[in-house]
Amino acid sequence: MTTTDLSHTPLSQEESEEAQRYFSASQFQLIWWRFRKRRLAQTGALILLVLAFVGLFAEFFNPYGGTTRISDAILVSPQIPRFCNDAGCTLRPFVPGVVSKRNEETLRMETVMDPSVRRDIYFFVKGEPYKLLGFIEMDTHLFGLKEGAINLFGTDSMGRDLFSRLLLATRTSLSIGIVGVIIAFVLALIIGGIAGYFGGWTDYAIQRLTEIVRVVPVIPLYMGLAAAFPKEWSSTQVYFAMTLILALVGWPTLARRIRGKLLSLRGEDYVIAARLSGAGSSRIIGRHLLPAFMSYIIVDLVISFPYMLLSETALSFIGLGLRPPTVSWGVLLQDAQTVRAIEQAPWLFIPALFVVVAVLSFTVLGDGLRDAADPYQVSD
Amino acid sequence: MSKPLLEIKDLKVYFPIRSKNLFGGVTKYVKAVDGVSFHIEKGETLGLVGESGSGKTTVGRSILRAIEPTEGQVTYNLDGDAVDLAKLSDKEMRGFRKYMQLIFQDPYSSLNPRMTVRDIIAEPLVAQNLAKGDEVDERVREAAAYCKLNLEYLRRFPHAFSGGQRQRIGIARALISRPEFIVCDESVSALDVSIQAEILNLLMDLQAEFGFSYLFIAHDLSVVAHISKRVAVMYLGQFVELAPTKDLFLSPKHPYTEALMSAIPEVNPDIEMAPVHLEGEIPSPINPPSGCRFHTRCPYTQDICKTKIPEWKEINPGHFAACHFVDTLHLKGVEMPNSEDAN
Amino acid sequence: MENIKEKTDDNLLEVKNLKISFKTDEGIITAVDGVNFTVKHGETLGIVGESGSGKSVSTWSIMRLLPKNSIIDKKSSIRFRKKDGKVVDITKLKARSKELRKIRGGEVALIFQEPMSSFSPVYTIGNQISEAVLQHRDVSKEEAQEIAIDMLDRVGIANPRQRFKQYPFELSGGMRQRAMIAVALSMNPALLIADEPTTSLDVTIQAQILELMNELQEELGMAIIFITHNLGVIAQVADKIEVMYLGKILERGTTKDIIQNPQHPYTQALLKAIPRLDHIGERLNAISGDIPSPLSRPTGCPFYTRCEKVIPGICDVKMPNPTKLSDTHTVYCFLYEEKNV
Repeated sequence: MTTTDLSHTPLSQEESEEAQRYFSASQFQLIWWRFRKRRLAQTGALILLVLAFVGLFAEFFNPYGGTTRISDAILVSPQIPRFCNDAGCTLRPFVPGVVSKRNEETLRMETVMDPSVRRDIYFFVKGEPYKLLGFIEMDTHLFGLKEGAINLFGTDSMGRDLFSRLLLATRTSLSIGIVGVIIAFVLALIIGGIAGYFGGWTDYAIQRLTEIVRVVPVIPLYMGLAAAFPKEWSSTQVYFAMTLILALVGWPTLARRIRGKLLSLRGEDYVIAARLSGAGSSRIIGRHLLPAFMSYIIVDLVISFPYMLLSETALSFIGLGLRPPTVSWGVLLQDAQTVRAIEQAPWLFIPALFVVVAVLSFTVLGDGLRDAADPYQVSD
Repeated sequence: MSKPLLEIKDLKVYFPIRSKNLFGGVTKYVKAVDGVSFHIEKGETLGLVGESGSGKTTVGRSILRAIEPTEGQVTYNLDGDAVDLAKLSDKEMRGFRKYMQLIFQDPYSSLNPRMTVRDIIAEPLVAQNLAKGDEVDERVREAAAYCKLNLEYLRRFPHAFSGGQRQRIGIARALISRPEFIVCDESVSALDVSIQAEILNLLMDLQAEFGFSYLFIAHDLSVVAHISKRVAVMYLGQFVELAPTKDLFLSPKHPYTEALMSAIPEVNPDIEMAPVHLEGEIPSPINPPSGCRFHTRCPYTQDICKTKIPEWKEINPGHFAACHFVDTLHLKGVEMPNSEDAN
Repeated sequence: MENIKEKTDDNLLEVKNLKISFKTDEGIITAVDGVNFTVKHGETLGIVGESGSGKSVSTWSIMRLLPKNSIIDKKSSIRFRKKDGKVVDITKLKARSKELRKIRGGEVALIFQEPMSSFSPVYTIGNQISEAVLQHRDVSKEEAQEIAIDMLDRVGIANPRQRFKQYPFELSGGMRQRAMIAVALSMNPALLIADEPTTSLDVTIQAQILELMNELQEELGMAIIFITHNLGVIAQVADKIEVMYLGKILERGTTKDIIQNPQHPYTQALLKAIPRLDHIGERLNAISGDIPSPLSRPTGCPFYTRCEKVIPGICDVKMPNPTKLSDTHTVYCFLYEEKNV
């Protein structure tokens, strides 16, 4: 409560055009208008869109493939593009060259920057051939060097470009989250929907089943299931098995919320009104229950994303999830497990930054959507 | 004399209470409505009053089969053919819905916020395939006009409207299928005084125009008295009194009716309120008191009231009450000043 | 606090120029606009109004119990005479200050429509009452318990010792409302704000609660601000009445002035709109149109959009000044202002 001068608040009298627009706005529009006022959530959405876009076209944005080794480039530190060096400035960005030399104290081969060498960055360069989206054959990359190598985020202990691997990992991790959430959601919708719509003993039985699944400790379950993956499975098979596991563990929470929401909606006056108007079950579900439901569902989905992402990352990190050569955020972070990594190659932690940013973005987006999805709250 | 539109005989609605063990056997029942009989004539309004927990809402909803009646008959006379609504299958009932409608209490929760006003009003027509294409729009406009809704509003969504306007939308939805019988379940209770008057007038105008029969459920006695031809008083799942409105208010025959009326605050600072003091609270409908259900709170209670169920009998023509002492008690009704004495 | 000396001693509460707005997504909504009223020791002020009239907001502000998005205009003042005789302006107190906390409960208490939400579900009724007593009175724990049991007894709760140990959900609506009154009164306030305290109760219970409040007022001598939309209730409990509509006061007077001799077209129409048992079956005199949304509040007199006696070009331009019809009766309407000119 604050104390301010209010003597100049104009009070409109006629229905303004804006009011007219508001009155005939659908629920979706109302949600959208409210969402547009939530800057933080929009920022989250923007970051996620960029991540998804870059991940989807990772091969194009990457200078190298995920498994390409760059010779003589073991644990190169990140090369930051610049426009100036001692020789003056140019419009074309460049990175300093890299040379290997032996550390005289530790006697280990190390790579160091050589500022005197200037490697110009060119855009839309021809490089390794790849298939965009899996079917368009291309060999143009967004940027690259004519000679030498560019490693924006440095390289790992096998000389692979971290930037390239990270973009590919973004795609894997996000898509595993999406597929996992979708499978979990379909399961939850069917199971929770049945429980919520029919009620009675069906509801009772399903509720108990959900509780049983919920109380199974997650980590041992993951471990058990992941250990059951046959060694000879291809990385694609492992990938789908992973999404399934995540979904199987994730559905009960969603199912519960769907059931609760359905039960409360079923008792809403307007649903009773529809029934008394002579509407049949399918019309009640399709016309009254589902639309009322959608906004909640979308919010729930967005909010359950981070759990999927984190589960995948955690599993892969401890070596139970995806395995190389597939790259995901968790797989990349495996390299950052050792003390040596912290000491010598702190850039191997960059994938953790991506995890944090993605999870935070999902969270603020989910919060913003949740606030916006309730356009009928009266501020009195 | 023609047959009444609706005859309700010994209507009972029990809600099972499941015990909390694994298999949830039913051990007790909430006897929300426990043996209620009455009829409603064509074109008349029957008022139904009672306090919360009396079961008045359940009576209305079980007639419409929004809640399944446990026992009893609900005979609807459709052009001379008697149909027992309580025995219809769900599908048969759906075909019957166009003849009967409900107007809700809460004008906010009873309209789907995701549908335009036009779609909300059209719902009974579309859901039952009563009209198609342009006819739907025509009838929506007609219904909206009867309810004095601005036709401009039809493409708007409910959030654009105040309580009174929303209630008009609800009424338009109720009358679009041209029903004969409408249950008004506390339909004006949530509205402001000045709006309430308008909606009451509208309901009365529509009745005059279309000959609707209303079952008008409310807790506010003056509102019920205003609109009803006859009024029934309900207590703990049963009727205690039913009479033509003036008879009921001038000479109540049941102590509970007297208590209710004495509690209406008079809009006149010169008349001091002298409410009949009722002991305690309304008992639980799971274990209603023996004998007369009102005996635990009745100021005139005697030993017989605790054991013997009073008979539901007609004292004067059309005036029914269930009390052992209808003939000996002299109960105080409402003092009606000269009705010529207009403000 | 410039004109503190003008105060007369028997005014317990003086509200002046009260203007309260809310910041919302849809813009600034002014809920209360320039409201003045006074309450004397031991009297009951009734505030009657429909939804959107600002009757609750204006009184909750006396305890500074408004949501975070609310703004009190800086020209507003709420002067309250404390038990020690000092006068404070409640609008100038800091939120969460000790002084404000002392006024809440100790000097001004509030009861409202939904008694369930005013109790914590995890403590017994008795626990919550004695806790309140402990906070505002210098007594021992045992004494506080005795006071609490005594209060429960006084508000007509049978077996107070047994009820003392019960939880809020174990009581019926009427009982909870009695218990809430017990909490409010256990701190011996000088002013009790009752915001629609009987609206969610059945008529028989309502009658009991109203009787109880009358008795307690006679016994304890506190002042009451009684807020309701029910003209019957207000006619029974109030000494004087303020009629509010869309954040403004339209008429004020003694209960007889307002109920038996209403002058403002709104008050007149409101009284005619209630169904009365002596006019069964007649058409009601409804007020045409809707209450305007607080977002599009009319300029001038807020009631002009629905008023039958509207004077075009005058009523819709500016708010009328108060016209004193008698010592006690004031009306804000151009119909009367003109006559005086």
